[in-house]
Amino acid sequence: MNVEMRGLTKSFGPTPALNAVDLSVSNGEFLAILGPSGSGKTSLLRVLAGLEFAESGTIVIGGRAMEGVPARERGVGFVFQNYALFRHMTVARNIAFGLEIRPRRLRPRAHEIRDRVASLLDLMGIGDLGGRYPDQLSGGQRQRVALARALAIEPALLLLDEPFGALDAKVRKTLRVWLKDLHDRIGLTSIFVTHDQAEAMEMADRVAVMQAGRIEQVDTPDCLYAEPASAFVHEFLGEAIRLDCLVADGVARFPGLPSAVLPTACRPGAAIALIRPYEIGFIVRPGPAHVVSVHANGPLKRVRLLIGGVGIEVLSPAEGWTPVVGENCDLELSKARVYPV
Amino acid sequence: MTLPSRRSALPGFSLTLGITVVWLSLIVLLPLTLLALRPWTLGFAGVWQSVTEPRVLAALRLSFGTAALAAAVNMPLGLLVAWVMVRYRFPLRNLADSLIDMPLALPTAVAGIALTALFAPRGWIGALLLPLGIRVAYTPLGIFVALVFVGLPFMVRTLEPVIMEMPREAEEAAATLGATRRQTLLRVVLPALTPALLAGFGAAFGRGIGEYGSVIFIAGNMPMVSEIAPLLILIRLEQLNYAGAAALALVMLLASFAVLLSLNLLRARMRRRS
Repeated sequence: MNVEMRGLTKSFGPTPALNAVDLSVSNGEFLAILGPSGSGKTSLLRVLAGLEFAESGTIVIGGRAMEGVPARERGVGFVFQNYALFRHMTVARNIAFGLEIRPRRLRPRAHEIRDRVASLLDLMGIGDLGGRYPDQLSGGQRQRVALARALAIEPALLLLDEPFGALDAKVRKTLRVWLKDLHDRIGLTSIFVTHDQAEAMEMADRVAVMQAGRIEQVDTPDCLYAEPASAFVHEFLGEAIRLDCLVADGVARFPGLPSAVLPTACRPGAAIALIRPYEIGFIVRPGPAHVVSVHANGPLKRVRLLIGGVGIEVLSPAEGWTPVVGENCDLELSKARVYPV
Repeated sequence: MTLPSRRSALPGFSLTLGITVVWLSLIVLLPLTLLALRPWTLGFAGVWQSVTEPRVLAALRLSFGTAALAAAVNMPLGLLVAWVMVRYRFPLRNLADSLIDMPLALPTAVAGIALTALFAPRGWIGALLLPLGIRVAYTPLGIFVALVFVGLPFMVRTLEPVIMEMPREAEEAAATLGATRRQTLLRVVLPALTPALLAGFGAAFGRGIGEYGSVIFIAGNMPMVSEIAPLLILIRLEQLNYAGAAALALVMLLASFAVLLSLNLLRARMRRRS
């Protein structure tokens, strides 16, 4: 189902949790909402599910406006960060819950429910755990049960809140691949929330980066990485070197680096340039960068430099020119992106 | 009994276990043993006769019946109070919180006199109920009211920590799966609280059986009608019929023990399942 969010605004006291959020998700898409804690990503998910309500704005899921529709009628599957399994029910009863509570005329027959539960258990790869209680399961298994329970009602939209937040690193890695495969197989429109940029970039078709209740950028992982729309997105997606600069006449100039002149569309005035450590190039000629140390580090060398008293760390291919400790050289910054301060 | 022979990080296992056993024997087991031995000076037939008098049977029925009924009524009431105290923040909440413990802190005789004054035919509530033909003071109904009063804190304090620990997400999960509020309550919340409800019932019931001070003033103590078993024990003691008092006490002890034991077994079975 398509999901359309327009102008969603919600605040907790004076701080906005959601600040005029617009977001569209197309049918079958796997979208990640990425942001630091407190950026409003979980609020957005809860508003979508009808567990909380926005003060203004509209949500349309599959062509149906969600205004005034309670959570139980939205047909939205929700996987909670701590799974929220019903501890007094077996795994099978947990999964069957959403079907068993339906009014009689909508409820599948008992054997149909049994079959559905069995096939979901198989789909999750936990076919033999139906008779267990949640307390007898590992974190990864609980995660799968929570997912099966959400899928049992055949939701129009699946929401996952930090699906791997409570798991250890190794299980997380396996489940990531598994969940991505599962999504590709069943093709259900899904949105998941995470603060882990590697998780978002690896799994999602598109990533929405949130900060302070706003969506900073929505794009495919590749485009997001190649063209970060703001300094925040650039820095959140990975290690970046931050250089102060001054924009005038359509170019950015760096104090202490007279040779670097960068054309930019950024508005005139003080600005910052961000560049990934491996995007900086060396120019073999005496220049303002002083080589402090060089460490071989696999396929890349880690080179520490001083530019006008500021220390930076650059990654440079192992083959190619090797700067020598104590020498001076010049830098090539053409891949830097300039953002207003 | 097998004792763990492995070395434990906690020191003094045998010492602590020794003190526990001695203390339990001294404080609990010894008096109870004495109680169990005392009646038999009457001989078996004498004991049997002493505890099957119609007046005794009526008192036992009254004590156990009203205690069970009061504890049962305290289940929904206590649940409601505990729920509100845990889940909502409202003005004077701290005051309300301390009020819950008042029935425990108050000398029971004070509570009894206050309740009697309230429910007597000319008391504030008694006067309102009289035209409706309801008499509370000096009837079994009065005993029930007193036992609800003293039992409430047991129910509330047993439930509160369990409700506090219950993740709100479970209710939200039920909602996203299509459950109505009612279905969530009946299928998710109450089953999760059942063990605690049973524990609270046991505590309130146990207190109700033994309750004396708050009951005797409001009960009226008419033999065969509103005379509770603890009072009957006291009457026998005053008549210097020590063996007869002990016989009645033994019956109460065994009956209470049976009830509490079965409650605990039921709870253990539910715990094993989850």
